[in-house]
Amino acid sequence: MFKASQKLAIAALALGALVSAPAAWADEEADLIINGEKMDIRVEAPEGHPLDEILSGWIFRTDETQALETDDFDNPSFIFVEQAQEAWSTVEGEAGKSCESCHGDVAESMKGVRAAMPKYNEQAKDLWSLENYINSCRTERMQAKPWKWAKADMDAMVALIGLQSRGMPMSVKVDGPAAEYFKKGEEIYYTRFGQLELSCANCHEDNYGNMIRADHLSQGQINGFPTYRLKNTKLNSIHARFKGCIRDTRAETFSPGSEEFRALELYVAWRGQGLSIETPSVRQ
Amino acid sequence: MNITRREALLIGAGGAVMLALPSIAQAKGLTEEAIASFTGGAPIAEGGVDLNTPEIAENGNTVPVEVSAEGATAILLLADGNPTPGVATFHFGPLAGSSSASTRIRLSKTQNVVAIAKMADGSFAKATREVKVTIGGCGG
Amino acid sequence: MAKIKPRVKVPSKAEAGEVITIKTLISHPMESGQRKDKSGNPIPRKIINKFVASFNGQEVISADLAPAVSSNPYFQFEAKVPEAGEFLFQWTDDDGSVYEAKKKIKIG
Repeated sequence: MFKASQKLAIAALALGALVSAPAAWADEEADLIINGEKMDIRVEAPEGHPLDEILSGWIFRTDETQALETDDFDNPSFIFVEQAQEAWSTVEGEAGKSCESCHGDVAESMKGVRAAMPKYNEQAKDLWSLENYINSCRTERMQAKPWKWAKADMDAMVALIGLQSRGMPMSVKVDGPAAEYFKKGEEIYYTRFGQLELSCANCHEDNYGNMIRADHLSQGQINGFPTYRLKNTKLNSIHARFKGCIRDTRAETFSPGSEEFRALELYVAWRGQGLSIETPSVRQ
Repeated sequence: MNITRREALLIGAGGAVMLALPSIAQAKGLTEEAIASFTGGAPIAEGGVDLNTPEIAENGNTVPVEVSAEGATAILLLADGNPTPGVATFHFGPLAGSSSASTRIRLSKTQNVVAIAKMADGSFAKATREVKVTIGGCGG
Repeated sequence: MAKIKPRVKVPSKAEAGEVITIKTLISHPMESGQRKDKSGNPIPRKIINKFVASFNGQEVISADLAPAVSSNPYFQFEAKVPEAGEFLFQWTDDDGSVYEAKKKIKIG
Protein backbone atom coordinates (compact mmCIF):
# COMPACT_ATOMS: atom_id res chain seq x y z
CA MET A 1 0.00 0.00 0.00
CA PHE A 2 2.76 2.43 0.98
CA LYS A 3 6.30 2.63 -0.27
CA ALA A 4 8.94 1.82 2.33
CA SER A 5 10.03 5.46 2.60
CA GLN A 6 6.45 6.58 3.22
CA LYS A 7 5.98 3.88 5.84
CA LEU A 8 9.12 5.02 7.60
CA ALA A 9 7.97 8.61 7.57
CA ILE A 10 4.61 7.60 9.02
CA ALA A 11 6.29 5.55 11.73
CA ALA A 12 8.56 8.44 12.64
CA LEU A 13 5.57 10.75 12.76
CA ALA A 14 3.66 8.29 14.94
CA LEU A 15 6.48 8.03 17.44
CA GLY A 16 7.03 11.77 17.39
CA ALA A 17 3.40 12.29 18.31
CA LEU A 18 3.57 9.65 21.04
CA VAL A 19 6.75 10.77 22.76
CA SER A 20 7.00 13.90 24.86
CA ALA A 21 9.11 15.30 27.65
CA PRO A 22 7.79 14.43 31.10
CA ALA A 23 6.41 16.76 33.71
CA ALA A 24 8.12 16.44 37.08
CA TRP A 25 8.59 12.78 37.86
CA ALA A 26 10.47 11.10 40.72
CA ASP A 27 13.69 12.52 42.13
CA GLU A 28 16.17 11.38 39.51
CA GLU A 29 19.14 11.80 41.85
CA ALA A 30 17.77 9.37 44.46
CA ASP A 31 19.86 6.37 45.49
CA LEU A 32 18.46 2.87 45.58
CA ILE A 33 19.13 1.25 48.92
CA ILE A 34 17.58 -2.18 49.42
CA ASN A 35 17.54 -3.48 52.98
CA GLY A 36 20.43 -1.14 53.78
CA GLU A 37 22.54 -2.16 50.78
CA LYS A 38 23.30 0.47 48.13
CA MET A 39 22.78 -0.60 44.52
CA ASP A 40 24.74 0.75 41.56
CA ILE A 41 21.98 2.22 39.43
CA ARG A 42 24.07 4.75 37.44
CA VAL A 43 27.15 3.44 35.70
CA GLU A 44 29.46 5.22 33.30
CA ALA A 45 29.33 3.41 29.96
CA PRO A 46 32.56 1.84 28.66
CA GLU A 47 34.23 2.88 25.37
CA GLY A 48 32.15 1.89 22.37
CA HIS A 49 28.91 1.55 24.32
CA PRO A 50 25.87 3.08 22.63
CA LEU A 51 24.85 4.95 25.83
CA ASP A 52 26.77 7.61 27.78
CA GLU A 53 25.44 6.53 31.11
CA ILE A 54 23.82 3.21 31.97
CA LEU A 55 20.73 3.72 34.10
CA SER A 56 18.58 1.27 36.01
CA GLY A 57 14.86 1.30 35.21
CA TRP A 58 14.23 2.07 38.90
CA ILE A 59 15.29 5.69 38.26
CA PHE A 60 12.40 6.20 35.83
CA ARG A 61 9.64 5.16 38.23
CA THR A 62 7.57 7.32 40.56
CA ASP A 63 8.49 7.77 44.23
CA GLU A 64 5.78 5.35 45.30
CA THR A 65 6.83 2.60 42.89
CA GLN A 66 10.48 3.16 43.81
CA ALA A 67 9.73 2.77 47.51
CA LEU A 68 8.23 -0.69 47.01
CA GLU A 69 11.62 -2.06 46.03
CA THR A 70 13.58 -0.73 48.99
CA ASP A 71 12.28 -3.23 51.52
CA ASP A 72 11.90 -6.96 50.98
CA PHE A 73 8.67 -7.05 52.92
CA ASP A 74 7.07 -4.22 50.95
CA ASN A 75 8.23 -5.85 47.71
CA PRO A 76 5.47 -8.31 46.75
CA SER A 77 7.95 -10.36 44.66
CA PHE A 78 8.94 -12.06 47.87
CA ILE A 79 5.65 -13.97 47.96
CA PHE A 80 6.96 -15.81 44.92
CA VAL A 81 10.55 -16.01 46.14
CA GLU A 82 9.27 -17.78 49.26
CA GLN A 83 7.29 -20.19 47.11
CA ALA A 84 10.42 -20.93 45.09
CA GLN A 85 12.39 -21.46 48.30
CA GLU A 86 9.92 -24.26 49.13
CA ALA A 87 10.19 -25.67 45.61
CA TRP A 88 14.00 -25.63 45.97
CA SER A 89 13.79 -28.26 48.72
CA THR A 90 10.86 -30.23 47.27
CA VAL A 91 11.70 -33.62 45.77
CA GLU A 92 10.23 -34.03 42.30
CA GLY A 93 10.72 -36.51 39.46
CA GLU A 94 11.87 -40.11 39.02
CA ALA A 95 15.35 -39.55 40.44
CA GLY A 96 13.95 -38.61 43.84
CA LYS A 97 15.89 -35.36 44.01
CA SER A 98 15.23 -31.72 44.76
CA CYS A 99 17.36 -28.74 43.70
CA GLU A 100 18.77 -28.86 47.21
CA SER A 101 19.92 -32.49 46.86
CA CYS A 102 22.70 -31.38 44.52
CA HIS A 103 23.04 -27.65 45.15
CA GLY A 104 22.53 -27.41 48.93
CA ASP A 105 21.85 -23.93 50.27
CA VAL A 106 20.67 -21.70 47.42
CA ALA A 107 22.28 -18.67 49.08
CA GLU A 108 25.70 -20.34 48.80
CA SER A 109 25.53 -22.32 45.57
CA MET A 110 23.70 -19.78 43.40
CA LYS A 111 25.62 -16.65 44.42
CA GLY A 112 26.74 -14.79 41.30
CA VAL A 113 25.02 -17.13 38.85
CA ARG A 114 22.51 -14.57 37.58
CA ALA A 115 25.16 -11.91 36.93
CA ALA A 116 26.71 -13.96 34.12
CA MET A 117 23.45 -14.98 32.42
CA PRO A 118 22.85 -15.75 29.66
CA LYS A 119 26.06 -17.60 28.82
CA TYR A 120 27.45 -19.97 26.25
CA ASN A 121 27.16 -23.59 27.34
CA GLU A 122 30.05 -25.62 25.93
CA GLN A 123 28.30 -28.97 26.27
CA ALA A 124 25.04 -27.88 24.70
CA LYS A 125 26.91 -25.74 22.16
CA ASP A 126 24.26 -23.08 22.62
CA LEU A 127 23.59 -19.85 24.51
CA TRP A 128 21.70 -20.69 27.68
CA SER A 129 19.56 -18.48 29.88
CA LEU A 130 18.98 -19.31 33.53
CA GLU A 131 15.74 -21.04 32.51
CA ASN A 132 17.69 -23.48 30.30
CA TYR A 133 19.90 -24.43 33.24
CA ILE A 134 16.90 -24.93 35.52
CA ASN A 135 15.11 -27.12 33.01
CA SER A 136 18.26 -29.09 32.28
CA CYS A 137 18.53 -29.89 36.00
CA ARG A 138 14.86 -30.81 36.11
CA THR A 139 14.87 -33.15 33.12
CA GLU A 140 18.38 -34.64 33.38
CA ARG A 141 19.18 -34.82 37.07
CA MET A 142 15.73 -34.87 38.67
CA GLN A 143 13.99 -36.64 35.79
CA ALA A 144 11.08 -34.30 36.35
CA LYS A 145 9.00 -32.43 33.80
CA PRO A 146 10.52 -29.23 32.49
CA TRP A 147 8.84 -25.96 33.47
CA LYS A 148 7.34 -23.69 30.84
CA TRP A 149 9.20 -20.45 30.23
CA ALA A 150 7.54 -17.27 31.49
CA LYS A 151 5.16 -19.18 33.77
CA ALA A 152 4.79 -18.83 37.53
CA ASP A 153 6.94 -21.77 38.76
CA MET A 154 9.81 -20.91 36.46
CA ASP A 155 9.71 -17.15 37.07
CA ALA A 156 9.69 -17.69 40.84
CA MET A 157 12.74 -20.00 40.69
CA VAL A 158 14.59 -17.57 38.41
CA ALA A 159 13.80 -14.83 40.96
CA LEU A 160 15.06 -16.91 43.90
CA ILE A 161 18.30 -17.76 42.08
CA GLY A 162 18.65 -14.18 40.81
CA LEU A 163 18.22 -12.79 44.31
CA GLN A 164 21.44 -14.55 45.38
CA SER A 165 23.32 -12.18 43.04
CA ARG A 166 21.57 -9.02 44.21
CA GLY A 167 24.01 -6.12 44.46
CA MET A 168 26.55 -7.83 42.19
CA PRO A 169 27.34 -6.17 38.84
CA MET A 170 25.87 -7.48 35.59
CA SER A 171 28.82 -9.07 33.79
CA VAL A 172 27.99 -11.21 30.80
CA LYS A 173 30.61 -12.63 28.48
CA VAL A 174 30.07 -11.58 24.88
CA ASP A 175 33.26 -12.75 23.19
CA GLY A 176 34.35 -16.19 21.99
CA PRO A 177 31.45 -18.48 21.09
CA ALA A 178 28.97 -15.94 22.55
CA ALA A 179 29.97 -13.35 19.92
CA GLU A 180 27.63 -14.60 17.21
CA TYR A 181 24.66 -14.51 19.60
CA PHE A 182 25.67 -11.01 20.69
CA LYS A 183 25.70 -9.90 17.06
CA LYS A 184 22.33 -11.46 16.42
CA GLY A 185 20.90 -9.83 19.53
CA GLU A 186 22.26 -6.46 18.48
CA GLU A 187 20.66 -6.87 15.08
CA ILE A 188 17.27 -7.61 16.65
CA TYR A 189 17.68 -4.61 18.96
CA TYR A 190 18.00 -2.23 16.03
CA THR A 191 15.40 -3.90 13.77
CA ARG A 192 12.08 -2.08 13.39
CA PHE A 193 9.21 -4.45 14.07
CA GLY A 194 5.48 -4.41 13.52
CA GLN A 195 2.96 -2.05 12.04
CA LEU A 196 4.36 0.76 14.17
CA GLU A 197 7.84 0.03 12.81
CA LEU A 198 9.60 0.48 16.11
CA SER A 199 12.90 -1.01 17.19
CA CYS A 200 14.00 -1.46 20.79
CA ALA A 201 16.38 1.44 20.19
CA ASN A 202 13.65 3.88 19.08
CA CYS A 203 12.23 3.90 22.58
CA HIS A 204 15.00 2.72 24.88
CA GLU A 205 18.04 4.38 23.30
CA ASP A 206 16.66 7.44 21.48
CA ASN A 207 13.88 8.36 23.88
CA TYR A 208 14.57 7.14 27.39
CA GLY A 209 13.56 9.79 29.90
CA ASN A 210 10.71 10.92 27.64
CA MET A 211 7.08 9.95 27.97
CA ILE A 212 5.48 7.54 25.53
CA ARG A 213 1.93 8.63 26.15
CA ALA A 214 1.58 7.92 29.89
CA ASP A 215 4.71 5.80 30.35
CA HIS A 216 8.08 7.17 31.39
CA LEU A 217 10.51 5.40 29.08
CA SER A 218 13.53 3.71 30.63
CA GLN A 219 16.61 2.27 28.94
CA GLY A 220 14.93 -1.13 29.00
CA GLN A 221 17.59 -2.62 31.27
CA ILE A 222 17.05 -6.17 32.51
CA ASN A 223 19.11 -6.09 35.73
CA GLY A 224 15.97 -6.25 37.88
CA PHE A 225 14.22 -9.20 36.24
CA PRO A 226 12.12 -11.09 36.96
CA THR A 227 10.20 -8.03 38.06
CA TYR A 228 6.92 -7.67 39.94
CA ARG A 229 4.70 -5.40 37.89
CA LEU A 230 1.93 -3.36 39.48
CA LYS A 231 0.02 -3.84 36.26
CA ASN A 232 -0.39 -7.63 36.53
CA THR A 233 0.67 -8.17 40.17
CA LYS A 234 2.99 -11.07 39.42
CA LEU A 235 6.56 -11.75 38.40
CA ASN A 236 7.41 -11.01 34.77
CA SER A 237 10.34 -12.69 33.05
CA ILE A 238 12.81 -11.01 30.70
CA HIS A 239 11.46 -12.85 27.67
CA ALA A 240 7.82 -12.14 28.59
CA ARG A 241 8.71 -8.43 28.69
CA PHE A 242 10.48 -8.64 25.32
CA LYS A 243 7.37 -10.32 23.94
CA GLY A 244 5.11 -7.60 25.37
CA CYS A 245 7.28 -4.84 23.92
CA ILE A 246 7.38 -6.37 20.46
CA ARG A 247 3.66 -7.10 20.59
CA ASP A 248 3.08 -3.42 21.39
CA THR A 249 4.71 -2.55 18.07
CA ARG A 250 1.88 -4.62 16.56
CA ALA A 251 4.17 -7.36 15.36
CA GLU A 252 4.21 -11.15 15.51
CA THR A 253 6.64 -11.77 18.35
CA PHE A 254 9.28 -14.38 19.06
CA SER A 255 8.54 -16.89 21.83
CA PRO A 256 10.01 -16.91 25.33
CA GLY A 257 12.97 -19.28 25.21
CA SER A 258 13.53 -18.83 21.46
CA GLU A 259 17.03 -18.42 20.09
CA GLU A 260 16.13 -14.86 19.06
CA PHE A 261 15.12 -13.84 22.59
CA ARG A 262 18.12 -15.54 24.19
CA ALA A 263 20.38 -13.63 21.78
CA LEU A 264 18.52 -10.41 22.55
CA GLU A 265 18.81 -11.14 26.27
CA LEU A 266 22.59 -11.42 25.93
CA TYR A 267 22.81 -8.16 24.03
CA VAL A 268 20.52 -6.26 26.40
CA ALA A 269 22.36 -7.71 29.42
CA TRP A 270 25.57 -6.29 27.93
CA ARG A 271 23.95 -2.88 27.56
CA GLY A 272 23.49 -2.99 31.35
CA GLN A 273 27.02 -4.19 32.23
CA GLY A 274 27.99 -2.90 35.64
CA LEU A 275 24.48 -2.20 36.95
CA SER A 276 23.72 -3.99 40.21
CA ILE A 277 21.44 -7.00 39.95
CA GLU A 278 18.17 -5.83 41.55
CA THR A 279 16.28 -9.11 41.16
CA PRO A 280 13.44 -9.19 42.03
CA SER A 281 12.58 -5.56 41.28
CA VAL A 282 9.25 -3.70 41.25
CA ARG A 283 8.05 -1.83 38.17
CA GLN A 284 4.80 -0.26 36.96
CA MET B 1 -5.32 5.22 7.17
CA ASN B 2 -8.67 3.87 8.27
CA ILE B 3 -10.17 5.19 11.45
CA THR B 4 -13.04 3.15 12.80
CA ARG B 5 -16.03 4.84 14.31
CA ARG B 6 -15.01 3.64 17.76
CA GLU B 7 -11.53 5.11 17.38
CA ALA B 8 -12.98 8.37 16.18
CA LEU B 9 -15.14 8.52 19.28
CA LEU B 10 -12.16 7.89 21.51
CA ILE B 11 -10.04 10.45 19.71
CA GLY B 12 -12.70 13.15 19.98
CA ALA B 13 -12.44 14.60 23.47
CA GLY B 14 -16.12 15.50 23.36
CA GLY B 15 -16.99 11.90 22.69
CA ALA B 16 -14.91 10.72 25.60
CA VAL B 17 -16.58 13.13 28.00
CA MET B 18 -20.03 12.10 26.81
CA LEU B 19 -19.17 8.47 27.38
CA ALA B 20 -17.76 9.10 30.81
CA LEU B 21 -20.50 11.33 32.23
CA PRO B 22 -23.23 8.83 33.10
CA SER B 23 -20.84 6.47 34.89
CA ILE B 24 -19.33 9.29 36.98
CA ALA B 25 -22.79 10.47 37.98
CA GLN B 26 -23.73 6.95 38.96
CA ALA B 27 -20.55 6.40 40.99
CA LYS B 28 -20.96 9.75 42.75
CA GLY B 29 -24.46 8.69 43.82
CA LEU B 30 -23.15 5.39 45.10
CA THR B 31 -20.38 7.21 46.98
CA GLU B 32 -22.91 9.46 48.71
CA GLU B 33 -24.99 6.41 49.63
CA ALA B 34 -21.95 4.63 51.07
CA ILE B 35 -21.03 7.72 53.12
CA ALA B 36 -24.61 8.11 54.38
CA SER B 37 -24.82 4.49 55.48
CA PHE B 38 -21.52 4.92 57.39
CA THR B 39 -22.44 8.20 59.07
CA GLY B 40 -26.19 7.72 59.37
CA GLY B 41 -26.51 11.15 57.77
CA ALA B 42 -24.60 12.98 60.51
CA PRO B 43 -22.66 16.13 59.50
CA ILE B 44 -19.06 15.63 58.40
CA ALA B 45 -16.25 18.04 59.27
CA GLU B 46 -13.33 18.72 56.94
CA GLY B 47 -9.90 18.25 58.53
CA GLY B 48 -8.59 15.90 61.17
CA VAL B 49 -8.00 13.14 58.66
CA ASP B 50 -4.63 12.61 56.97
CA LEU B 51 -4.97 10.88 53.63
CA ASN B 52 -1.78 10.15 51.74
CA THR B 53 -2.00 9.09 48.12
CA PRO B 54 0.30 9.53 45.15
CA GLU B 55 -0.57 12.47 42.88
CA ILE B 56 0.05 10.23 39.91
CA ALA B 57 -0.37 6.48 40.05
CA GLU B 58 1.81 4.73 37.49
CA ASN B 59 -0.65 1.89 37.40
CA GLY B 60 -4.17 1.98 38.77
CA ASN B 61 -3.94 -1.68 39.75
CA THR B 62 -1.73 -1.03 42.77
CA VAL B 63 -1.98 2.40 44.35
CA PRO B 64 -0.51 2.86 47.84
CA VAL B 65 -2.82 4.66 50.25
CA GLU B 66 -2.15 5.70 53.84
CA VAL B 67 -4.83 7.08 56.15
CA SER B 68 -4.79 8.24 59.75
CA ALA B 69 -7.14 10.20 62.01
CA GLU B 70 -6.20 10.71 65.62
CA GLY B 71 -8.94 9.47 67.92
CA ALA B 72 -10.89 7.66 65.20
CA THR B 73 -12.56 4.34 65.99
CA ALA B 74 -13.19 3.53 62.34
CA ILE B 75 -12.19 4.87 58.92
CA LEU B 76 -14.15 4.31 55.71
CA LEU B 77 -12.14 4.44 52.50
CA LEU B 78 -13.90 5.04 49.17
CA ALA B 79 -12.92 5.54 45.53
CA ASP B 80 -15.60 7.61 43.81
CA GLY B 81 -14.76 6.73 40.21
CA ASN B 82 -14.64 2.94 40.48
CA PRO B 83 -17.61 0.82 39.30
CA THR B 84 -18.44 0.46 43.00
CA PRO B 85 -16.92 2.99 45.42
CA GLY B 86 -16.20 0.70 48.40
CA VAL B 87 -12.54 0.03 49.20
CA ALA B 88 -12.17 -0.81 52.90
CA THR B 89 -13.43 0.01 56.36
CA PHE B 90 -10.85 -0.13 59.14
CA HIS B 91 -11.96 -0.62 62.74
CA PHE B 92 -9.44 0.16 65.45
CA GLY B 93 -9.53 -2.13 68.50
CA PRO B 94 -8.35 -1.56 72.08
CA LEU B 95 -4.78 -2.58 71.16
CA ALA B 96 -4.45 -0.38 68.06
CA GLY B 97 -1.26 1.67 68.42
CA SER B 98 -2.81 4.50 66.41
CA SER B 99 -5.85 5.09 64.24
CA SER B 100 -3.92 4.61 61.04
CA ALA B 101 -3.54 2.04 58.27
CA SER B 102 -1.84 1.66 54.91
CA THR B 103 -2.90 -0.53 52.03
CA ARG B 104 -2.73 -0.78 48.23
CA ILE B 105 -5.85 -0.22 46.16
CA ARG B 106 -7.27 -0.38 42.62
CA LEU B 107 -8.39 2.76 40.83
CA SER B 108 -10.04 2.27 37.45
CA LYS B 109 -9.27 5.85 36.31
CA THR B 110 -8.39 9.31 37.62
CA GLN B 111 -10.69 9.97 40.56
CA ASN B 112 -11.03 11.00 44.19
CA VAL B 113 -10.10 8.80 47.10
CA VAL B 114 -12.26 9.70 50.09
CA ALA B 115 -11.63 8.86 53.74
CA ILE B 116 -14.33 9.34 56.39
CA ALA B 117 -13.28 8.93 60.02
CA LYS B 118 -15.67 8.10 62.80
CA MET B 119 -14.40 9.69 66.01
CA ALA B 120 -14.73 8.28 69.52
CA ASP B 121 -17.33 10.98 70.36
CA GLY B 122 -19.52 9.92 67.42
CA SER B 123 -18.59 12.85 65.14
CA PHE B 124 -17.27 12.42 61.60
CA ALA B 125 -14.44 13.97 59.62
CA LYS B 126 -13.41 13.70 56.01
CA ALA B 127 -10.47 14.03 53.63
CA THR B 128 -10.45 13.81 49.83
CA ARG B 129 -7.48 13.39 47.51
CA GLU B 130 -7.46 13.22 43.74
CA VAL B 131 -5.25 10.54 42.19
CA LYS B 132 -4.35 10.77 38.52
CA VAL B 133 -4.25 7.31 37.01
CA THR B 134 -2.09 7.03 33.91
CA ILE B 135 -3.62 5.00 31.13
CA GLY B 136 -2.28 4.40 27.68
CA GLY B 137 1.36 3.53 28.17
CA CYS B 138 3.03 0.30 27.20
CA GLY B 139 0.83 -2.67 27.99
CA GLY B 140 3.90 -4.89 27.73
CA MET C 1 -0.14 -19.71 41.26
CA ALA C 2 -3.04 -20.69 43.40
CA LYS C 3 -1.08 -21.05 46.62
CA ILE C 4 -2.43 -18.61 49.18
CA LYS C 5 0.17 -17.76 51.76
CA PRO C 6 0.32 -15.00 54.35
CA ARG C 7 3.48 -13.09 55.25
CA VAL C 8 3.72 -10.96 58.37
CA LYS C 9 6.45 -8.73 59.76
CA VAL C 10 6.40 -8.20 63.51
CA PRO C 11 9.42 -7.30 65.65
CA SER C 12 10.53 -10.20 67.84
CA LYS C 13 10.51 -8.08 71.00
CA ALA C 14 9.24 -4.78 72.39
CA GLU C 15 9.11 -2.80 75.63
CA ALA C 16 5.94 -3.25 77.67
CA GLY C 17 3.39 -0.72 76.39
CA GLU C 18 5.42 0.06 73.25
CA VAL C 19 3.70 0.85 69.95
CA ILE C 20 5.09 -1.26 67.11
CA THR C 21 4.56 -1.27 63.34
CA ILE C 22 3.18 -4.42 61.74
CA LYS C 23 3.13 -5.26 58.04
CA THR C 24 1.09 -8.05 56.48
CA LEU C 25 0.76 -9.39 52.95
CA ILE C 26 -1.15 -12.37 51.62
CA SER C 27 -0.85 -13.87 48.16
CA HIS C 28 -4.38 -13.75 46.78
CA PRO C 29 -5.78 -12.79 43.36
CA MET C 30 -8.63 -10.61 44.78
CA GLU C 31 -10.76 -11.54 41.78
CA SER C 32 -13.07 -8.52 41.54
CA GLY C 33 -16.07 -10.08 39.84
CA GLN C 34 -15.82 -7.32 37.21
CA ARG C 35 -13.65 -9.27 34.78
CA LYS C 36 -14.62 -11.63 31.99
CA ASP C 37 -12.80 -14.74 30.80
CA LYS C 38 -11.72 -15.36 27.21
CA SER C 39 -15.14 -16.63 26.19
CA GLY C 40 -16.83 -13.56 27.62
CA ASN C 41 -18.26 -15.14 30.76
CA PRO C 42 -17.93 -13.13 33.97
CA ILE C 43 -15.25 -14.48 36.35
CA PRO C 44 -16.95 -14.90 39.75
CA ARG C 45 -15.83 -12.62 42.56
CA LYS C 46 -13.38 -14.21 45.01
CA ILE C 47 -11.73 -11.81 47.41
CA ILE C 48 -10.44 -11.61 50.94
CA ASN C 49 -13.43 -9.79 52.48
CA LYS C 50 -12.16 -9.46 56.04
CA PHE C 51 -8.86 -9.08 57.83
CA VAL C 52 -8.45 -9.18 61.61
CA ALA C 53 -5.34 -8.73 63.74
CA SER C 54 -5.50 -9.47 67.46
CA PHE C 55 -3.08 -9.90 70.35
CA ASN C 56 -3.71 -12.31 73.21
CA GLY C 57 -7.40 -12.35 72.23
CA GLN C 58 -7.83 -8.54 72.09
CA GLU C 59 -8.45 -6.81 68.79
CA VAL C 60 -5.81 -4.54 67.24
CA ILE C 61 -7.43 -3.76 63.89
CA SER C 62 -10.04 -5.26 61.61
CA ALA C 63 -10.90 -4.37 58.05
CA ASP C 64 -13.91 -5.07 55.83
CA LEU C 65 -12.65 -5.22 52.29
CA ALA C 66 -14.11 -4.59 48.84
CA PRO C 67 -12.79 -5.74 45.44
CA ALA C 68 -10.96 -2.40 45.12
CA VAL C 69 -8.19 -3.71 47.37
CA SER C 70 -5.28 -4.81 45.11
CA SER C 71 -4.25 -8.42 44.54
CA ASN C 72 -1.90 -9.70 47.21
CA PRO C 73 -3.51 -7.45 49.85
CA TYR C 74 -1.06 -5.47 51.95
CA PHE C 75 -1.77 -3.82 55.30
CA GLN C 76 0.45 -1.80 57.55
CA PHE C 77 -0.72 -0.57 60.98
CA GLU C 78 0.40 0.00 64.55
CA ALA C 79 -0.21 -2.11 67.64
CA LYS C 80 0.27 -1.56 71.35
CA VAL C 81 2.08 -4.38 73.11
CA PRO C 82 1.06 -4.46 76.80
CA GLU C 83 2.74 -7.79 77.61
CA ALA C 84 4.48 -10.79 76.06
CA GLY C 85 2.21 -12.90 73.92
CA GLU C 86 1.09 -13.80 70.46
CA PHE C 87 -0.37 -11.92 67.52
CA LEU C 88 -3.02 -13.70 65.47
CA PHE C 89 -3.76 -12.58 61.92
CA GLN C 90 -6.80 -13.90 60.03
CA TRP C 91 -7.86 -13.37 56.45
CA THR C 92 -11.37 -14.52 55.47
CA ASP C 93 -11.99 -15.55 51.86
CA ASP C 94 -15.31 -15.27 49.99
CA ASP C 95 -15.36 -19.08 49.82
CA GLY C 96 -15.34 -19.22 53.64
CA SER C 97 -11.69 -20.26 54.05
CA VAL C 98 -9.79 -18.52 56.82
CA TYR C 99 -6.04 -18.16 56.42
CA GLU C 100 -4.05 -17.61 59.61
CA ALA C 101 -0.63 -16.48 60.70
CA LYS C 102 0.73 -16.19 64.24
CA LYS C 103 3.71 -14.30 65.62
CA LYS C 104 5.06 -14.36 69.17
CA ILE C 105 6.60 -11.29 70.74
CA LYS C 106 8.81 -11.02 73.82
CA ILE C 107 9.10 -8.17 76.30
CA GLY C 108 12.46 -6.62 77.11
